[in-house]
This record gives sequence, C-alpha cells and structure tokens, in this order.
Amino acid sequence: MSTDLTHLDVTALQAALADGSASAVEVTQAHLDAIAAADGGLNSYLHVDALTALATAADVDRRRAAGEELGRLAGVPVALKDVVVTQGVPTTSGSRILEGWLPPYDATVAARLKAAGTVLLGKTNMDEFAMGSSTENSAYGPTRNPWDHDRIPGGSSGGSSAAVAGFLAPWSIGTDTGGSIRQPAAVTGLVGHKPTYGSVSRYGLIAFSSSLDQAGPMARTVADAALMHEVIGGHDPRDSTSIDAPAAPFVEAARQGATGDLSGVTVGVVRELGGEGHAEGYEPGVLAAFQAGVDQLRALGAEVREVSCTSFDLALAAYYLIAPSEASSNLSRFDGVRYGLRVGDDGSRDLDEVMAMTRAQGFGAEVKRRIILGTYALSSGYYEAYYGQAQKVRTLIGRDFAAAFADVDVLVSPTSPIVAFPIGQRVGDPLSMYAADLCTLPASLAGLPAISVPCGLSEGLPVGLQVMAPALADDRCYRVAAALEAAQDAARGGTFLGQLAARA
Amino acid sequence: MSTDRLLEFDDVVARYEPVFGLETHVELGTASKMFCGCATTFGAEPNTHTCPVCLALPGALPVANAAAIEATIRIGLALGCRIATWCRFARKNYFYPDIPKGFQTSQYDEPLCTAGHLDVEVDGETYRVEIERVHLEEDTGKNLHVGGATGRIHGADHSLVDFNRAGIPLVEIVTRPVPGVGAKAPEVARAYVAELREILLALGVSEVRMEQGNLRCDVNTSLAPTGSLEWGTRTETKNVNSLRSVERSVRYEMRRQAALLDDGVRIMQETRHFHEDTGSTSAGRSKEEATDYRYFPEPDLVPMAPDADWVAQLQSDLPELPAARRTRLREEWGIADSEMAWLVNAGALGLVTDTVAAGADPADARKWWLGELSRRAKDDGVELADLAVTPAQVAELCGLVAAGTVNDQLARQVLDGVLAGEGSPQQVVESRGLAVMGESDELGAAVDAAIAGAPDVVEKVRGGKTAALGALVGAVMKETRGKADAATVRRMLEERVLGG
Repeated sequence: MSTDLTHLDVTALQAALADGSASAVEVTQAHLDAIAAADGGLNSYLHVDALTALATAADVDRRRAAGEELGRLAGVPVALKDVVVTQGVPTTSGSRILEGWLPPYDATVAARLKAAGTVLLGKTNMDEFAMGSSTENSAYGPTRNPWDHDRIPGGSSGGSSAAVAGFLAPWSIGTDTGGSIRQPAAVTGLVGHKPTYGSVSRYGLIAFSSSLDQAGPMARTVADAALMHEVIGGHDPRDSTSIDAPAAPFVEAARQGATGDLSGVTVGVVRELGGEGHAEGYEPGVLAAFQAGVDQLRALGAEVREVSCTSFDLALAAYYLIAPSEASSNLSRFDGVRYGLRVGDDGSRDLDEVMAMTRAQGFGAEVKRRIILGTYALSSGYYEAYYGQAQKVRTLIGRDFAAAFADVDVLVSPTSPIVAFPIGQRVGDPLSMYAADLCTLPASLAGLPAISVPCGLSEGLPVGLQVMAPALADDRCYRVAAALEAAQDAARGGTFLGQLAARA
Repeated sequence: MSTDRLLEFDDVVARYEPVFGLETHVELGTASKMFCGCATTFGAEPNTHTCPVCLALPGALPVANAAAIEATIRIGLALGCRIATWCRFARKNYFYPDIPKGFQTSQYDEPLCTAGHLDVEVDGETYRVEIERVHLEEDTGKNLHVGGATGRIHGADHSLVDFNRAGIPLVEIVTRPVPGVGAKAPEVARAYVAELREILLALGVSEVRMEQGNLRCDVNTSLAPTGSLEWGTRTETKNVNSLRSVERSVRYEMRRQAALLDDGVRIMQETRHFHEDTGSTSAGRSKEEATDYRYFPEPDLVPMAPDADWVAQLQSDLPELPAARRTRLREEWGIADSEMAWLVNAGALGLVTDTVAAGADPADARKWWLGELSRRAKDDGVELADLAVTPAQVAELCGLVAAGTVNDQLARQVLDGVLAGEGSPQQVVESRGLAVMGESDELGAAVDAAIAGAPDVVEKVRGGKTAALGALVGAVMKETRGKADAATVRRMLEERVLGG
C-alpha cells in the first residue's frame, strides 16, 4: 500500500483521498516512510518535519470526516525547495549563512499551498542560493539522481527533482532563474515549468536574481504541474513585479493537449539551440531524443518549422553578468547583524571584520565567485561595458522571441544539451557547468514561460524537451507538453517514471 | 574642540567668492513606510515598527508607497520642476548595520523631478536657487553606540540598532551650486532652507520638525579667489539640522577654507561633521576612500510612470504657496516687507494667520506673537509654535483686551495662566479674578484712600499742576494690583480732586 501511494500522481492521489480509499495521514505516512528508507541515499531533503506533517494530515482527515469545506489540494503532500521561506520551518537556501534561521513568515507560494490544504513534507536541497546546475553547491552535501546515484539530479532545484523522481514527494516547488526548474526536471524525467515572469509571486523566495527568479511546479505529469501552477499563481500585492491579469486555465490546457490533437499549432525549432551549425556541446543521444519528440509533435498534427534567433548565442554571456550583478546586491543583507551566522564577534574585532568573517565563512565558493563577478560588473567604470551591455542583449533576445512568435505558436529545443553528468565531473570547471543552462537561458532573460517535458532516454538517462511560449501564454506550454506526454505514454504503455520504478 | 585657524568673515568676502549648495533630506509624513505597511510614528519603543520587509529578512520584497510618490511629485511641482514621465528606483549598495538590505533603495540617474527653482529673499533682495533634482528614497535605521564617552562609535562598548526609522520615505532635494551671492551666502543658504520648510508645511507633506530629524541638510561650500573663473574644491558638511546651523556651517567653512587658502593649502574634498555646540566642523571621511555604490536599477520595483493628467491635477490642486501667501497677507494686513520678513524669520506667520482667522485683529495678533510670546519662547528656549498656547487662545485674549475686560498688563497675567495650563483666557480671567475693575465702590474707596494718603499731591494738583495726578493714579493702580483701568482711575481722581 505504502509504495502504491508514493507512486500515484497528484490527480490519482486526490481521487483516492476523495473516495476514502486513502486517508491524508496514510498518504503522508507513506511518504515519510519512503523518505526514511531512501533519502539517506539521495539527500534530497534538508529538513523533514514528520510530526507537523502528520498533524496537518490528521487535521485534513478530521475536517473531511466532519464534512467541512476543504482546500483544493487537501491532504496532498508537497515538498518545497529550501529557497521558499516557511514560517517556523528552517529555511537555509542551501547556505551555512542561514543555518538555524527560523522564519517568522510564509512566502506567498507557501501560504497558497498551505491554504489549499497541502501537507508540507519538508524542504529540499539545492545549490546554495540557487547558484548552480547540479546541487553540488549545497552547503549540506550533494543530492543524487534517482536514475543513477553517481550522477547529479540537476540544479539548482536538485532536491526537488530527486525527491519527486525518487517517489519521496508527489510533486514539489522549484525555482528557476536560468533553468533551475527545467534542467533538473529534464535530467530526472519530470515535468518542470518556469512560469511567465511575474505570474507567480516572488514574495518570500530568497532572492538570487530578482529580474529572473520565478517559482514553479515540478511534477510527474503535465496535468499535475498545471494544477500546482493554478494554485500558486495569480496576482500578489506584496510583489511589485507580480502581474495583475487573469491567467488562462492551465489544467484545461493540459487536458486539451492530452487529447493528442495539435492540428493548427505551429511549432518552431530554434536552430541556435542544438540545430545545424549550433550542435557543439550537445550530446548526440540528447539531440536524437529531441528529434524524436519533434517528430511526435508533427505526427500529432503540429506544423513544425525551423526558426532562427541569432541573439540566443549571446544569452549565456548576458546571463552571467545580469544574474551575478543582482545577486551581489541581493546577498548583501547577509551581514550577520540581524539573523543567521555571525562569526568573529568576540569583542576584539570591529564591525567590518565581523561582517567580512561572517560572509567569508558563511558563503560557499560558487556564491563568492558570483558575488565577486557581480560586484565587478556593477563597479563604476565597468557598469556600461558589462551590466549595460548585458541589458541590451536582453532586449535583443526579447526581440528575437517576438519576431519568432509572429510566425509560430511555441518554440521548442532540448532542455539541456547533456544528460545528468557524474557527480564531481564539472565542479572544477565553472564554464562547462554554466553550459548546462545554454537552452534554458533565453526564455529566462526574456521573462517567458517554458516547460520541460520528458521526450526519451539517452544512455538510459532522461532527456527533456523544452516548450517556450509568449508571455502569459503558459497554457500553450501545458497544451503542447501534455500532447507529447500522452503520445509517449501511449507508445510506451506507461508513464515515463514508470521506467525508473520498473528498475527498482 | 576645533583648532582650525579662521579668517575674519569680512576678510574672507573681501578676497574670496563662495559657492554653496544644499542636499536636503525630508522625512515624509506618510502613515506607513516607503516599501512596507509599518507605521512611521516617532518615538516608539525600538524595533517595534518593523516587519520582514524593513528588516530585510530573506525573501521579503518592497512595494512602493503611492502616497510618498504623490508627495514627492507635489514637492517637485511646488519647486517648478519637470516631472519624469518614466523613472525608476535604484539600489545604492553599501554595508552598514543601519541599512538592513545592504543597499538603500533610492534614485540615481532617473529622479522623479528635475530642473526647478526656489526664490528666496534676504534683506529685501531676491536670490534664485536652482533645484537640480528631487528624488525619493528610504531612510536608514538608527545606531546607538553604548559605552563610549562621546556617543560615537569610536570608544563604544557595543552598538544597538533601531530599525523603526528604516524605510521611512525620504525625499532628497538637491540644489545646483549657488554662486555669486558673496557675503550673503550663509544667510541665503539659511533662507533657502527656511523657505523650503515653509513650502513643505504648506504642502502638508511633512511635519518638518528639524529637532526630530524630519529635515536634515548636507551643506556644500567652496571658495575661489574673487575673479577666478574656476570654482574651488568643495567640502560637504553632513547632518546640519537647524536653520541657524545651516548659516553657521557655511560661515565657518568659508572662514576655515579662506585661512587655508591664504596659507597656500589645498582644500581636501571631504565630508565634514558639524558641531552644534561650537559651531565648527571637523573632518569626516575623505572622498578618496569613498565607497563605489554600484548603483543599478532596482529590479524588485516596477518603474514609476506618473500619468500626465494626474500630474496636471496635482499641479492644479497645489495649495497657495508661501511666497504668494505672504504677498497676499502683506497687502491684506497693510504691512511692510520688513515686518513680513520679521514674521517669517520668527516662525510666526502661520500662527498670526491662524490667530487672525480665529477673529483677532491682524495688528493685535502680530503684536502678541512678535512681542510677549516671542519673549517667552526665547526665555524658555523653545520654538514659538511649541508654546502651550494656541492661536485660538491668543485670539480670545485679543478679544478680551478689545472688549476692555482686561488691559495689557492683566492680559500678560492671563497668558501666564494659559501657559500654566489653567484653561482658556476667559477661564483664567475668572479663576484668577483678573478682570478690569469698573467704576465700583471698591475702586472708589481706593481712589479716596489715595487722595487721603497724599494731601501734598492733592494740593499741587489743585494748584494747577495736573501732571502730579499721575502719582495718585499710580497709587491706585498699585493698590488694585493693576486690575483697574488707568483712564477710569484718572477720570475718577479728576472728579474727586478738582470737580464739584
């Protein structure tokens, strides 16, 4: 029974909870048992609060029995990336500098999930301050990929991807700055969606790069991702950049896509993301799986054509100026004065020394690297050449997208040029690590929605296909992804993750 | 104590031409802070007006206060500025414990208001001060250094931070450099701040209580030899927090810099601290070691794009500004420029206006506020407006004098009672029994006693020396402790000594 409950997707879980075939406590306990059994190997959770989770679940069961009105996700467990601030639950953003901090408030995303009746299982591991593509930059040790424990689960939302792919949570919240939802989803065989910038509140997400950060769903099915997006999305007056506009119904878009009819949909394949003349660094197995996915979209009735977005070649350089610049400023608040770690305050040192020692010991190497990069890029005399130029590139990328979307409904590419690589392989070479984000950066810089959906295996490891859409047209991502998912499931005769479960 | 050598001011202006400029920070009187909902009230227990946003807890985000943006635009309009059609906040990055985010949210190269001016009057001359920019930012917290002798960080045992002030909306008003005012520079600088303060009060955007730090000035001063085509190197005197200090700091810097220049010493571009007690300045950090603030547009806040129709509406809704108001009142009251200047400098214009509005004759209202009340404020070392008497009470007092209920001398005693919190002037008249004595038996008895007590004076008066009557009047006034009306007493004495 336990194993069965952890292998259900959320739609199936909701049905089981509603018809009484499983209680919220049973569902929660099943996941807690699975975590206890398997997370020693994966290290996907930084904090699990079993007692609170069971109490929350028991409350749902009691209210259900009493016939009270329940939230839309009542009794459904969820895991949150540790970048999401949770009241009374430790929140570290994967950093030593926040070890022991107990937040006095909830992020909007956490509050909305709570209000919907979800049961918080725990907080998931991540690259420190979401800086990384492998979760090797966590101060609390790397997370392992359920498909191959010697490999990375992607990053920075690697705890969230490993927990869901490893059946330790039915779904999770990730955050995506340059690909941190999509790439870990791709390399663990999940669906991960980065919403349109501004469509999910950033209030209570520990900021990495304010103009890029977005929270979004990581799930085993497109329908589940769409459901979570509906729950966490929508205008939030606490976030000035939150968009105050009604969103299209995502669950309905996924349902429509799952019917398998994409006639009338025009799909653009971006040449600069793995296409002819731009395939360097892309693994052949990844390109093959991607091509198979594109062929399936065509078979479902989509019109497929190649599209060129020349400025995308500049995305990596622009991103690694903008994101570190904003990060260098966002991370200034970690000075040891008000919360978190404080080092050297023994009365013999002045304030500057205490701040410097706190930051020197509290931050890891990658965080320091980006703070230094960003500080340099914003410095007087360099600002225009670096930050200023990067912003211009950002404008060009937006124009390329706009021109492309004048002709096509969605754009597709591989989500990552490579499958999950072995732990430790790239830590000494930041540039090769940064290349893992090559395909996801353009949509991040333009603030556009993009989803990663599994499209096949390469060397026995998952490959993701990315679907990008115009701003606020997240529904197109869900529709196209759901169509591909349905076609692949039908051809396979089971779910994508079923292949992983079958190995166990 | 300062050991600066100073040149005599007259010698300074004989040989040097000063240029000054001011950066004025004004705390807006909005109900809530700039980027969160916390209250802005002054004097609360430390760190009680705080929340995740103004404490810069991880994950917290700012949302701009619309009332503060509106107030800033109104200040800009009152100063004749252009209002930006699109502009952004910017982050000013530096580490200090009172700046919780590690950056101050401010504005950099895209201020809300630019290119205005303010005309100020000194000794009947009008001087135009050009306004470079008016922008919106947030205040810092306050550090309290404990255990040292000076209250400064040097020598302190430990420091405490109060974040109640952190995030209070702050408007920065920056002038362009003001050249060509010569010896008047200290007074023009002061008059500028005074006039700015009046405008802010008229707009109702700030309490402008300088002693509470609602309005703080950084004063830039430089000197160049008279006739020089280039300006000298400036110093920036920080946190000059009273009108008098603005004037003194410019004067001091002029005298200090002139002495150095006379000796051939180069002026260092540096920030300086002003000392209220001595009126001197001392060196702070030099600009050579200044921080690179790494300004960049604040990505957590959407740009501000004030709608043109809305700005036009704000323009047309501006209240009567102080200069126009003074002109109007001067004409209504029929007074000279100099008296109006006196009223303004004494901080009495608003009080007199309110007193007149409460029914007093303008001349009487001016007389009370500039005379007796100014004297008492000075004796008590408080601002006129902080005396425990309202314009309405002063108007009531004027009414009692006009009606003959009290004379001027009694009125001062009534004022004593009002200031002592004994109630309204009428209540004090009653409780202290201060009304003028009519032609009563009691007064008659006092008059008779005076006549009986001074037969020699009575003889002189009867002998034609009527001026001697004054001595008898004085005796009666003394006997009645001032409560009698002198004219009535004189008439009664005349009747009884000379008459029938």
